[in-house]
Formats: sequence, structure tokens, C-alpha cells
Amino acid sequence: MYESMMKVINGYGLVSGFAVIGVTMWLSYWFSDKLTRGRLHGSAIAIFLGLVLSYVGGVATGGQKGLVDIPLLSGIGLLGGAMLRDFAIVATAFGVNTEELKRAGVSGVVSLFFGIGTSFVAGVGVAMAFGYTDAVSLTTIGAGAVTYIVGPVTGAAIGASSEVMALSIAAGLVKAILVMVVTPFVAPMIGLNNPRTAVIFGGLMGTSSGVAGGLAATDPKLVPYGCLTAAFYTALGCLLGPSLLFFCMRGLVG
Amino acid sequence: MIIYGVAFLALCTLVGLFIGELLGKLLGVPANVGGVGIAMLLLIFIGSYLSKRGLIKPKSEQGVEFWSAIYIPIVVAMAAQQNVLGALSGGPMAILAGVVAVVASFAMVPLLDRIGQKKPEAGADKSLTAPQR
Repeated sequence: MYESMMKVINGYGLVSGFAVIGVTMWLSYWFSDKLTRGRLHGSAIAIFLGLVLSYVGGVATGGQKGLVDIPLLSGIGLLGGAMLRDFAIVATAFGVNTEELKRAGVSGVVSLFFGIGTSFVAGVGVAMAFGYTDAVSLTTIGAGAVTYIVGPVTGAAIGASSEVMALSIAAGLVKAILVMVVTPFVAPMIGLNNPRTAVIFGGLMGTSSGVAGGLAATDPKLVPYGCLTAAFYTALGCLLGPSLLFFCMRGLVG
Repeated sequence: MIIYGVAFLALCTLVGLFIGELLGKLLGVPANVGGVGIAMLLLIFIGSYLSKRGLIKPKSEQGVEFWSAIYIPIVVAMAAQQNVLGALSGGPMAILAGVVAVVASFAMVPLLDRIGQKKPEAGADKSLTAPQR
């Protein structure tokens, strides 16, 4: 019987993914309603639950893809993979207010540069505090604080050691996960409740998964505005990391 | 037909990602340069053009709306496959670097929001962009 069940679940991975995530959503909204009286958004709970489960999955299997490494749940990988994620993000753009977008356009571009600069400086500062002094390691860790893709891309380009690259990836992962979890709580404090701040938020945070999750948990209406600017962040980071930012660091620390 | 909406969405996504890849090649960046963002802009502008002309039927719109509505479950599935273990086992430096970056970026949101809003209400495009630079 177990074999037959596994055969169905593995053979129909995406369908099982829908079922598992559907149940998770239902549970989360039920929690949200009963335990927090709706104060904490159901989707915020669901995303947090997903992250906790992925930690459990990682501990249980030693893999890198959280819950998806458990064979029974591999269908979630299809559902939450890059293809459907990007497809759904693009779909959220339908019904976006073009006037709002035009008005926030310049702020969005400015926020991209500020965002990369802020995260980079933060990463470099922490790396310095922990005793790193060479330009290559500092730049790589700083780039990791930009996103977990910019870190290794920059590190590979300027010849960082694999330990430093691993650290930069970890820093980027921490950032992505933190943005997902914390955004709904911080949103009221930073005025994140309109398309304009969402555009700026996307440009400042930049981590696609973090912004996608954080805004979904805050207010789904803001998702397209934030994701639109965030879409340019990683690429801009990859462009600036091994070039401008590295040259600046080399000029600073020699 | 619903499939028209889904196909429209798919075409926008593919064309956007394709342009992003080309831009990456052109700039020598090993990443897709804003593919998803370009796809969103395509969807927004072509979509509003088509619906102004009445070329998109409500039934076709449902094809896009479904995927827009399924977005949150997909994000939850995405959260469930983040490398949380990897993030937490990166050690105190990696965690602190991530935390400081996030805190600093959050603090910047109201700051940048204010810079942009200094423009007078009646201002035209020029006075809108000047203080932001």
C-alpha cells in the first residue's frame, strides 16, 4: 500500500504540491483567524511555516533544498521553483496602476543603487569587524549581503576563496529569509502601505525571494510594484560587484 | 477563452526573460538582467493597450488572474525550499552581515520615500525628477 501511495505522489509531483500547499494555507489562515484574530496575515504564517519546515527538511536530509529533499514532498519543488514563481510574479502585474508606476519610476532606479550600496557597506562593515582585511574577501562578503547570487558571482570573478564564497552565500540567504519573515512586522513603521514605497522597498531589499515573500505577507496588492524593481537588483549587483565596488574596496584597503 | 490569457502571460514572460538574457550577454553579466521586470512591463503596457481597445475579453483575463491569485501559494512553496539550514549554519558573521544589511535597508525606505516627495504637488515632470537626483 505504501508503495502504491508513493508511486502516485511521486508520479504526480505538481498535483501533490498543490494539495500539500493548499492544506498548509488552510492551516495558516485558520491559525491567523483563531490565534491572532487576523492581526498576523495568514500568508505570513504560511511563509514562516514553510521556512520552519524547510529547516526541518534540511536537518533531516542534510540537503540544500529544505523540504523538497524529502522525496514525498518533491512536488513542492516544482510548484515553488523558479519557473512558476516568475510566471506568477509576472501575472501579478496585471491590473497595476501605470500612473503610480510612472510616478515612482525614478525613485525605483535611485533605490536600486542605494539598496546595493547600503547592503554592500553593511556586509563589508561586519566582515571588517570580524577581522577580514583584504579587498577580495571584503568585497565578496559585502556582495553576499547584496544577494546570495551576487556574492558568489563576484567572488568567482575576483578570485575569492571558497570559504569566503560560502560565507557570502550564507549572508545572502539570511537576508532573503529575514526579509520574508520581518517585512509584515516592519511595514507599518516604514510606511510600506502604498505602491510608491513598495517600489522603493523592492529596490532597496532587492532579494527576489525575500521581496516576493515579504510583500505577499504584508499586502498582496503591493507585490507587483516591489517585484518589478527587485527584478533588476541582482543583475545590477552582479554588474557592480566585481567592477566598481571591488575597485572602491581595493582603493580603500589596498 | 481562458487559454488566450494564459498564453498572453506566457508570451510576455518568455519575451521578457529573453530580453533579460540578451541584456546580460550584452553587459557581460552572468545573470538575467531584469527579465521578470521587463516581462511585467510588457504585460502592463500591452495589457492596458489591448483592454482599452476591448481586445481582451473578461474570460481571457481570467487566465492571467488565476496565476496572479495562485501567487501566494507558490511563494509559500518557494519558502519551503529555501536553504534555511545553510543560512543558519553560516556562523555568526554571515548571520550578522545579513541582519545588518536588512536593518539598514529597512531604515532607508522612509528616507528615500521622503526625498522623492519633496516635490511640490503641482510640479510637472521636471521638478519631479530634479530633487531625486
